[in-house]
Amino acid sequence: MRFTETGFNLEIDLSRGNIERVETDPKLTDLHLGGQGTAAKILWDRVAPEVDPFSPDNHLIFSTGLLHATPVPGANRTSVDTFSPQTNLYSHSIFGGFWGPELKHAGYDKIVIRGKSSDLVYLWINNDKVEIRDARHLRGKGALETGALIQEELKEPEAQVAAIGLAGENRVYMSTIEHANSSASRGVGVIMGDKGLKAIAVRGTKDIKIAKPPELFETCIRMNKEIYDNPDCGCFFRHEDDEEWHVNNFAWGNARERRKGFWNKEREEQWTAITRKYTVRWTGCYNCPKDCHLAISYPGRLKYQLKCYSKLTYAMAAFEELEFTYDILGVTQEYGLDGFSMPQVLAFAIELYEAGILTDKDLPKFPLDSSGRFFYLVEKVVRRDGVGDALANGVYWAARQIGNGAEEFDHNTIKKFEQVPLKLNMINYPYFLMYATSEKMNITQTEGSYPQGPIADRAEREAFVKNWDAAPERFKKWFLEWEPRQHPSIEAACNIADWNEIMHYVDDAVGICAFLSSFRGQFGGRPPYHLYNLPEIISYATGMNIDDDDLWKIAARNRNLVRALNIRRGMRRIDEKPPEDHWKHRDPEMETKLLNSYYQFKGWNNDGIPTKKTLDELSLEYVKEDFVQRGILSENEGPASKNGYAEKSLELKQEDVCHE
Amino acid sequence: MNDKIEKKMVKTIKVDLNKCIGCRACEVACSAFHSTPKYSSINPARSRIRVLIDDLKDVYVPIRAGEYTPAECSGRNTYTINKKKYRECSFCNAPCPSRAYFKEPDSGLPLKCDMCESDPPLEEPLCVQVCRVDALTYEEREGAAADEEVRDEMDIGLEAMVDKFGLDKIRDTVARMAKKE
Repeated sequence: MRFTETGFNLEIDLSRGNIERVETDPKLTDLHLGGQGTAAKILWDRVAPEVDPFSPDNHLIFSTGLLHATPVPGANRTSVDTFSPQTNLYSHSIFGGFWGPELKHAGYDKIVIRGKSSDLVYLWINNDKVEIRDARHLRGKGALETGALIQEELKEPEAQVAAIGLAGENRVYMSTIEHANSSASRGVGVIMGDKGLKAIAVRGTKDIKIAKPPELFETCIRMNKEIYDNPDCGCFFRHEDDEEWHVNNFAWGNARERRKGFWNKEREEQWTAITRKYTVRWTGCYNCPKDCHLAISYPGRLKYQLKCYSKLTYAMAAFEELEFTYDILGVTQEYGLDGFSMPQVLAFAIELYEAGILTDKDLPKFPLDSSGRFFYLVEKVVRRDGVGDALANGVYWAARQIGNGAEEFDHNTIKKFEQVPLKLNMINYPYFLMYATSEKMNITQTEGSYPQGPIADRAEREAFVKNWDAAPERFKKWFLEWEPRQHPSIEAACNIADWNEIMHYVDDAVGICAFLSSFRGQFGGRPPYHLYNLPEIISYATGMNIDDDDLWKIAARNRNLVRALNIRRGMRRIDEKPPEDHWKHRDPEMETKLLNSYYQFKGWNNDGIPTKKTLDELSLEYVKEDFVQRGILSENEGPASKNGYAEKSLELKQEDVCHE
Repeated sequence: MNDKIEKKMVKTIKVDLNKCIGCRACEVACSAFHSTPKYSSINPARSRIRVLIDDLKDVYVPIRAGEYTPAECSGRNTYTINKKKYRECSFCNAPCPSRAYFKEPDSGLPLKCDMCESDPPLEEPLCVQVCRVDALTYEEREGAAADEEVRDEMDIGLEAMVDKFGLDKIRDTVARMAKKE
């Protein structure tokens, strides 16, 4: 018997209308756990590097995590994996809510979708009964509205629905897949739309078995309390009315300007009152005691749930007030648009207009006020109307399609993807490495275990380290030595970047929320889940026998497999660089040294390609063979770059600033 | 003895709709507790407490399975509370023919909340224990002992079967199955 897993994937071919229930290989669970890990394996096996993301041969995979539908609190994040037309690389996003556990109870670990439907359809999965249904009547419907309409027409109020809005239908690159209080972004919604798939509705009523029932349950009851009581996890920013930290440190407009002094007591009172006015409830995700989402009811808009940082992204991109955010989110939520990348595209368009690159011919009757312009542009983009057609492809491609100097305004993308609007002062070594090399495309999906800043007070620092259960020993030493305005050594920077991203690969395989784990070590250092308690939890749930070293190795395997997908599609060192102006003060020589060292540390050659030795050690021999066959690695490759770690610390002259 | 009113502890779970965050931890815990062996499987569809959620209407109603009823209601009630509209069965705790709640998914047999009766007894029912936001709170108070008969699960299940198939058919089937054994 397979514990925590159903042992079956649902394979859907939308071109042929074919539906199959396929048994999976339990060995893959040992190697990759599940979620993103096993999805990467399927993408490797089935989507050749030549396949265009818009080809029917591209796959769109919805994966439950290994711990979904177990009593483990906060295991509810569904991984969505495909290839993105924006980056032409691997695309990955995760969404919470209730959908993943429901899919498992329906009897499937994954839905693997290929082909394209000739007309708009939705998928209805009710345990063993799976149907591809006509969705033409849902064309243009809002994302959450679609969920409600499907529940109604199926007479299944308990069906969990993930759907795209008009943006996805029109293949807007910033489109999302929306479900309840969560959404998946970064290039997956556009593929769902391209495949003609409006929604997936799931209802499941089957049992999921646990390997060691009393042990796991006792642990979970404890974790449930610990998570609730722990103030350093969940989305604590949403519970704060003081937004000073974000509004001061993040850049406004098209990632241009930091506005010191915007935040004051008066504004805090105004903003708090506005939030109270529209809040109807705090909500949580499946089996998690944290209430990270704010249900908002704005006049004239469908009710929606505020997610994470979207409270500020639109207001800051438009130089507007909070009222504007709550209004426009009511629109963009239903269109299914990403709250990170979309505001930046709009701010970019306004800059082009102000620079005379876009004119009244492109934007007839363009409003004078920023708020009006944002609403105007949203409509253009989701309909791909006029210049909206270029803008719908994201900043990088829009700049090149519009031309006439627009390229100059694309200053905040990495690997052609919009980044969080942060423009800081002094280069930060681990962050340089994470920005450059992450393939999750957003720093929030990569950072999070090692604190962003040092603790100045020595005694406090020691106390922090003493209670730092989540950290491997070496980090405790580095953190103890870390004085304000000081860079970590190259060795420490490599380790920090590595640990940070590895924990995300753990979470995204088992389906645990990063807000309880990989993202939540950086403030307070007390993530409820970490390297040293997850192996036991996984073992109790699944019966696998793994320790922290095994878990790290599996995560490293998944991480390298993801890199292999991108290497095979042509990604190389030259693509691995943060935006020029991300930091005011750069250090090209040190950056080269850092990247050399990190590649070597990761077991990659000087071009960022995993070496044969690395691939062998991670049981990815098939990747090695493929690389050799394609000439990506040579038969007798030389050693990886040999720069070694420089064991020196550098004094910084200016205050460095934290990220989130 | 006869003229003395017998007292007993009445166990209640109080529900605060405004505090519910819709996480359904109560369902997970309930289904784990009532699986055999205990905690060996998870399935919210088997839970004896369900959170009826209608996101867009801001409806979050945790409700515990009550007495099985063989018939649908002849008329339905809709409720408007604090300007919020609730579906017609939102506050009904009965397993009944008109909806899927509170029935074993495979057999269709009705489920009923037993306040996590167990030996040794739990301090509080498990759903209350995992509800950290206090949408569910447990209360014991002294009340008059009602003549409520304590019925076990098989009684309830069998009664539902009898309602569906008739006593004779059940008797025949049991006899036939006993023979096969």
